[in-house]
Amino acid sequence: MTLTPGFQGRPRPTGVALPPGQYEVADFPVLSAGPTPHVPLESWELVIRNEDGADWRWSWHELQRLPQEDARVDLHCVTRWSKFGTSWRGVSLDVLLADVTSSAQYALVGCYGGYTTNLPVADLLGGKAWIAHTYDGAALAPVHGGPARLLVPHLYLWKSAKWVRSIQLLRDEQRGFWEQLGYHDYGDPWREQRYQGD
Amino acid sequence: MTSSGGVELGTAGAAVPARLGERFATTRGWRVATLAAAHAESATARTLELDVPDWPGHLAGQHVDLRLTAADGYTAERAYSLSAPLDPARPGRVAVTVQRVRGGEVSPYLVDTFATGQLVEVRGPVGGWFVWEPGFADAVPVLLVAGGSGIVPLVAMVRARRAAGDRTPFRLLYSVRTPDDALFTDELTGVRGGADGVDTQVFYTRAAPLDAPREARRIGLQDVAAHGWPPELRPVCYVCGPTGFVEAVTRMLLALGHDPATIRAERFGPAGD
Repeated sequence: MTLTPGFQGRPRPTGVALPPGQYEVADFPVLSAGPTPHVPLESWELVIRNEDGADWRWSWHELQRLPQEDARVDLHCVTRWSKFGTSWRGVSLDVLLADVTSSAQYALVGCYGGYTTNLPVADLLGGKAWIAHTYDGAALAPVHGGPARLLVPHLYLWKSAKWVRSIQLLRDEQRGFWEQLGYHDYGDPWREQRYQGD
Repeated sequence: MTSSGGVELGTAGAAVPARLGERFATTRGWRVATLAAAHAESATARTLELDVPDWPGHLAGQHVDLRLTAADGYTAERAYSLSAPLDPARPGRVAVTVQRVRGGEVSPYLVDTFATGQLVEVRGPVGGWFVWEPGFADAVPVLLVAGGSGIVPLVAMVRARRAAGDRTPFRLLYSVRTPDDALFTDELTGVRGGADGVDTQVFYTRAAPLDAPREARRIGLQDVAAHGWPPELRPVCYVCGPTGFVEAVTRMLLALGHDPATIRAERFGPAGD
């Protein structure tokens, strides 16, 4: 028997690379599990901690003095919207991790407000991930993760943690907030890895 | 969690106990469900009761993914909040309430066209954060704040409380444009709502009925202060609605002294600012 007879849907998308199960949006939806934190730049810092407990730290001023990159990327949210050609500016994780001594395979990202997410260290390297502070030419709004968020657009957007504060490098994988609640450990939109077991 | 240098790093263990991972796991794959019954909740919203084979059960506040298939094989997937708790007498029955979105791809079909006896694919339940069940968090008081169709997962919580005969103190603030847009208000207010012991306040933002206790306006700080819980009681606050609404209400809760860790949010729609 036919599923949802009479359903037609929108005109099929052309000219964009839409992962399975996604649809294109023009606006920029917001999804967060709690209140939006408002983090003063004076007290903002980013900490990378290796598996032995050694820290590398950057203040807001120090972050701004690092080499900056522009990134034009597509965003794919697990709630099924995709947004194409978004413009960001920030610091590549290649720069931030360059002097960090570690043989860890896994990272747990922590945020102002308490959110966490996990991903492999390899996905932070190789020009694929940034600490982004500027969106579309303007300071990143708090509702979208400002002052700074992780931007790792080849994975579903919950991995691009808003209000990023720390990256812990770990020998063993530790699940973050949504990953503990049934969402996928890796989250590749092209393999539609939405939930654990996908 | 220990940390050096006065920095509290986020930890996987701090936010949510690990066992929730198994409890809230989304089962693999899609199930073919049948629309068993449907009824209008307003001129633009409809409740769909689906019979889903081998449904694993769900908690109030969770949602499901629906997948629709067109004649040419094109598919569209969307998430919809469940509007009723699991009924042990009908364990394969799930209800979602769908608000028709102007220009939407899926919701006009589900509200206007999808007929009883027809099939749709279902996956879920999904989401383990924006949930409540009887006995949750040692029965601390609960504040529910809904904007528009954000009422759907919250009415599921009220119904779960009622079905269990649970006496956890609940207060509900519901912001909606006009009486014609309001969902579930007959059930939540008046004699029926009073029997629940859930203190429900409806705020009309565009046009209020003649017998409304206040003129049409948006929820303000004084409303949340007057009709919510004092922060000293450490209530769990669930806020669901369009992004701008959720941002405004969560800012009010923080201004009133509520701990951000006690505020759970579910947003839909664009940033709006």
